[in-house]
Amino acid sequence: MLPVEAPLVTRAHDGRRLVVAAANRAAQALGLRPGMPLAHAQAMVPGLEAAAADPEGDADALADLAAWCLRYSPLTAPDPPDGLWIDVTGCAHLHGGEETMLKDLVGRLIRSGIAARAAIADTPGAAWAMARHVGEAISVVPPAGQADGIALLSVAALRLPSETVAGLRRLGLDLVGQLVSTPRGPLARRFGAEALRRLDQALGYAPEPITPVVPPEAVQHSLAFPEPLLTAEALRFAIDRLAEAVCVGLERAGLGARHLDLLFERVDDATKILRAGMARPTRDPRHLARLLGERLEEVDPGFGVAAMRLVVTLAEPLAPTQATTSLGTPEAPEVDIAPLVDRLAARFGAGRVFRVVPVESDVPERSARRAPPFADLGRVAWPPGLRRPVRLIAPPQPVQVLSVLPDQPPAAFTWRRVRHRVRRADGPERIAGEWWRRDGERRAVRDYWAVENEEGRRFWLYRRGDGADPATGDLAWFLHGIF
Amino acid sequence: MAGSGRTALLEDLRDQVARIERRPLAPGRATAIPFGLPALDDALHEGGIARGALHEIAGSGPDTEHGAAAALLAASVLAHAAGPVLWVSPYFDLFAPALAEVGLGPDRVLHVEASRNVLAAMEEGLRHPGLAGVVGEVPGRLSLTASRRLQLAAEGTGAVAFAIRRSARHDDPALAEPSAAVTRWRVASLPSAPPLPWSPETPGLGRARWRLELLRARGGEPRSWIVECPDAQGRLALAADLADRPPAEGQRHRAAG
Repeated sequence: MLPVEAPLVTRAHDGRRLVVAAANRAAQALGLRPGMPLAHAQAMVPGLEAAAADPEGDADALADLAAWCLRYSPLTAPDPPDGLWIDVTGCAHLHGGEETMLKDLVGRLIRSGIAARAAIADTPGAAWAMARHVGEAISVVPPAGQADGIALLSVAALRLPSETVAGLRRLGLDLVGQLVSTPRGPLARRFGAEALRRLDQALGYAPEPITPVVPPEAVQHSLAFPEPLLTAEALRFAIDRLAEAVCVGLERAGLGARHLDLLFERVDDATKILRAGMARPTRDPRHLARLLGERLEEVDPGFGVAAMRLVVTLAEPLAPTQATTSLGTPEAPEVDIAPLVDRLAARFGAGRVFRVVPVESDVPERSARRAPPFADLGRVAWPPGLRRPVRLIAPPQPVQVLSVLPDQPPAAFTWRRVRHRVRRADGPERIAGEWWRRDGERRAVRDYWAVENEEGRRFWLYRRGDGADPATGDLAWFLHGIF
Repeated sequence: MAGSGRTALLEDLRDQVARIERRPLAPGRATAIPFGLPALDDALHEGGIARGALHEIAGSGPDTEHGAAAALLAASVLAHAAGPVLWVSPYFDLFAPALAEVGLGPDRVLHVEASRNVLAAMEEGLRHPGLAGVVGEVPGRLSLTASRRLQLAAEGTGAVAFAIRRSARHDDPALAEPSAAVTRWRVASLPSAPPLPWSPETPGLGRARWRLELLRARGGEPRSWIVECPDAQGRLALAADLADRPPAEGQRHRAAG
């Protein structure tokens, strides 16, 4: 292994001489650039390491990376030599929105040692331009904003041959925005249809299909139709057939599907997708078909769907199903809620269908955590007999308290401008900060009181600090819950 | 036993009506979840909270907003039914340890945060066979049509549906509009009794006390009771110092409270 910091270039033959094919960060800092003659580079940096370039290896690695990106979207494709396409239509919300998804993507790449920039736009062309010609690690062009987004970028951002770029520059057309406002006829005569096609692709006036990679070992099934399908009824029928075929494949492989992609190939060459996730591996064709069929309205069939393909993008082992009935008592039969979880997750987002699991912590807001619907509850349980409110107020709201003595319950408190006289109280229940979680909690203390007002309503109040040592808290009072 | 013939006839007629009104419940399931308190169960035609039906619970006064007591009541009823529970909130503000305290453990509850689609998520749950119940925290209005859909969905699977009616407005009149729910309840906090009845000066908190009002019931009369809130087994109790008195006491207490 070479040390990371050493300047390193790869060499390749451009037909006449050896040139620098790529340079790492340290080499670029020394002024070495891809495309410069290797002899020149070695003169600038004596003892420069120059490894042979491996274009096939690079292409394979790029294809692998494209397959890895299937975690974000079912439509990904390598864009040699150094780019990746990801069609995120309808996928961003599964990853917390477009910007969050890009941050996650770039962050993961950086952590694995890949310098990357990413952009999202309505068209592949505009995203290409933004990723390569804006100095930001991530950029998101708002819907229909691609014309404004790329207007101030150089014409080189349009993926044009270098002679065309040079020719445009000679005419004083440096920016994409200038090109947009130039009459098209003369441009086409002078630079050929290619320049205008690239411009139209970037602006979304011309289609640009992406040829997706499909994980080779995935269980999948496709159907091509002699007549394009248009009606929801026909598409549903096709979904049923695909689901049945895929479930047969899953059964044979001893697998159950966790993620599914349904690809609709339209007659106009656009590909639309529906993604579905399952909380538990399943190969019940009716469940899969229903899950996909319910979301059919999200797919615009355009002028018709020529072919459909159902791909299992994530599968997990699933034991053969047992035909016997379960031994559950009639009062407590085995209930499989996985189909319900899947339908709710498809509708509301996976993060919003959850169970609450106990966590070993005395701090109330930490003692209950959201977990996936089939998460193991573990052996932790909430200690029985604790008085805990039904509604937890997050964050706790400050209240004004009239307190007689530090160790006495509050006599009255004011919340949202309503004054509550305390009739009965239980406490204090002292909860100490968890210094092993956060430094600031080393000495923090909360004293909790359950109090009842004159109407009988009960509130959960706490005071920051133990009332004696100022380091434990500032004696401010908060409402943390309602019983 | 002069009345037994008439009672049997009545029972028979009720059965027939029940058969006409609803589809059959899953075999082996009781038709209701009893409170375990004869005073309450006898007032309800099915002898408890009917399965396969929609029930409404609302808080009272300032608790209309938080519905804390209402949520606890729903949880304590479902603690006595076997099977998973789907709990739908517009946004999640429940503190699950409190539900576990009345017997509804975290292993049984699936939560959904459904924003403005609480009713749709409830219906989805009610159409899934095998759930013990579905609790939905319904903010504001619940139209007759929407409640009818929930009622029909519940009838189909036999699950108990609870709509916890919440509103930022205290005692919102929208909550009194007609709905298809078979029962409508209101829970109000009352000052609790001292933790040690023989020593009223001892500080501390005893069991919380509620006025539980049955505002509407199919085949029943509006009633109200003073109860102590559910214990660790999810059981309500008639308020100890009022338990031996006739029900009219409750009404008098209300006037005083």
